[in-house]
Amino acid sequence: MQAVNFISSLAMPLIILLIVTYGLIEKNKVFDDFLEGAKEGIEIVFSILPTLVGLFVAIGALRNSGILDMMIRIITPILNVIQFPSEIMPLAMLRPISGSGSIAVATDIMKTYGVDSSIGIIASVIMGSTETTLYTIAVYTSSVKIKKTRFVLVASLVADVVGMLVSVGICKILS
Amino acid sequence: MLNNIWPVFIIISFSYAIFSGNLEHLNSAIFQSTSDAIMLSIDLLGTICLWNGIMQIASKTSLIDKLTNLLSPIIKILFPEIKKNKHIQKEISMNMIANILGLGNAATPLGLKAMKSMQKNNPQKDTLTNSMLVFIVLNTASIQLIPTTVIAIRNSLGSSNPTSIIFPVWIATICAAIARNSNCYVNY
Repeated sequence: MQAVNFISSLAMPLIILLIVTYGLIEKNKVFDDFLEGAKEGIEIVFSILPTLVGLFVAIGALRNSGILDMMIRIITPILNVIQFPSEIMPLAMLRPISGSGSIAVATDIMKTYGVDSSIGIIASVIMGSTETTLYTIAVYTSSVKIKKTRFVLVASLVADVVGMLVSVGICKILS
Repeated sequence: MLNNIWPVFIIISFSYAIFSGNLEHLNSAIFQSTSDAIMLSIDLLGTICLWNGIMQIASKTSLIDKLTNLLSPIIKILFPEIKKNKHIQKEISMNMIANILGLGNAATPLGLKAMKSMQKNNPQKDTLTNSMLVFIVLNTASIQLIPTTVIAIRNSLGSSNPTSIIFPVWIATICAAIARNSNCYVNY
């Protein structure tokens, strides 16, 4: 555990240190370079800000209107057939659309069922192996003003489902 | 895409809240969400400026050429369209490295920079190219050596073995990544 903590907290400082040192060794004007890049960063943030506001309102409404709970009640019988634990379902529904929401739900699941219980471990594995798909796609496409996204959402969501099913499967095999 | 999904989200959740009498929750959620979006943007403003600046320094050194050479076999397979564009390859490899190391707040700025460069060479400015598609799909895959966030949560909840999930996470990520890429090839 300590080793993992050390490595993960080392990664970012080490990369920055390495890059700045390399820039100096090759006699570049490192701070001028930094400013040039950072200015470009401001543009990127302003181009995605409206997307974030719109998306967050829609997802906030979805989470707080109670419709997710209703959908979960409807599909629970199907889940029972494929032996997908229904306790995980709120996380599975929320994971692709909301990063902070899914962290909250996953933490809650781990607290309720025990962090080292099989449900708690499945929730952890799902959190570790999937991303906030909708947010990622929205930010990446809107930053360059792309409107036609072809099949990117379908491909990513199918993969999310695969990832979640494998998470459940592997935890059942290993436990 | 969002032109279809966004109104669907709004319509189903707003009408469900009205019918089920859940309006107070909904109203507070609307205002909470707008301020959450602005808070996130402010956070992003800092990290994106920082990492864009660091990336700019890196792109002028030979360090990044070495890293790109290291990753180039994978990049050439995944992005055949940009075989000749060293500049985009560099930006993609920086994003990949940030993802692998679990630096989520660095991966997004670097990824957006790569998207910008790919957009410059895009003949149809409103449509994703194949490379952009593969790149976005790769970034929805959460490919990382150590899932730091979830380990931190497990640790804070007093797990007896917080890192025990690393191996299952690798298996699930790899299976999902295979599903993603085969999806891309089937749909081209």
